[in-house]
Amino acid sequence: MAIDKYLRERFFPHMWCAGCGHGTVLNALVRAIETMGMSRNEIVMVSGIGCSSRITGYVDVHTLHTLHGRALAFATGVKLSKPELNVIVPMGDGDALAIGGNHFIHAARRNIAITALVMNNRIYGMTGGQYSPLSGCEVLAATAPYTTIDPSFDVVALSVAAGATFVARCTTYHVKEMIDILRQAILHEGFSVVEILSPCPTYFGRSNKLGDAAEMLRGFKEDTVPVGSAAKQKNPELIERGIFVQKEKPEYCAAYEKIMQKARSAAGETI
Amino acid sequence: MLKSFCIKREWCKGCGICVAFCPTEVLALDAQGKATAVRLEACIACEQCALRCPDLAITMQIAERED
Repeated sequence: MAIDKYLRERFFPHMWCAGCGHGTVLNALVRAIETMGMSRNEIVMVSGIGCSSRITGYVDVHTLHTLHGRALAFATGVKLSKPELNVIVPMGDGDALAIGGNHFIHAARRNIAITALVMNNRIYGMTGGQYSPLSGCEVLAATAPYTTIDPSFDVVALSVAAGATFVARCTTYHVKEMIDILRQAILHEGFSVVEILSPCPTYFGRSNKLGDAAEMLRGFKEDTVPVGSAAKQKNPELIERGIFVQKEKPEYCAAYEKIMQKARSAAGETI
Repeated sequence: MLKSFCIKREWCKGCGICVAFCPTEVLALDAQGKATAVRLEACIACEQCALRCPDLAITMQIAERED
């Protein structure tokens, strides 16, 4: 199979639970990269901490497994020093938006050409099922035995407001759609955010009686609609998926290069 | 048209996603709880199983149809 070359097969079978959506994200991500015919040498994947962040261990590209919530900070350093590389940052919902919330909004504000993936399983899986900033109200979690009272972030609205120039949402049920969105996100010249609804059958599913992995995927099929769909007008509870924003704005590394040139010429004039 | 189909048993964790969504009921979980092709002749090569497999255990090769 053509995607084999992007995998570190010696680490398989992977450590994720049976039915964990993060495996499907890995599957779609390597397929997206394969369709673009990218060399392994021109891709850097940077992750933080959590179930989702283990993804960098399984891909045979340049990888960095860094601090909780700080993946985007490390990735910013990588991208600024080597702007020609494609930098992809897969994060979990807690990693990206609780621990790393500040890094997330500021990376978006700068519009640095990094692809940020938010693998949203609505729970902290690795540490035993505590609720996250994307769990939402009225869900059961290890830290919310009487259900949560915290509303969740809308990742799309947050990213748009913070300045991201490519913002999309997809699910692990709609894999072909995910592959297409990931490809466009990676090719985008600016900060791109892709929220991927990914099931955690072990903690979120079990605590909230959502059934097995297949049942949770059926939920994604039933609860989501393509962006701009008329069904959303009738039922505001439905979650839209697709590309919400795709626009051009000055990119951070390009702006930095310009300012460096200005500084160099100013220094040259004074010498 | 399906050219080859392979399930890496040692990678499969038996989540049943491939079984649940196969449109022609090609797949089933065996006695060890691993996915297996029980009626491969019915496969329409839609690739949904290989694309969704969270264990990356399914590989298939599809040949162009010669009409």
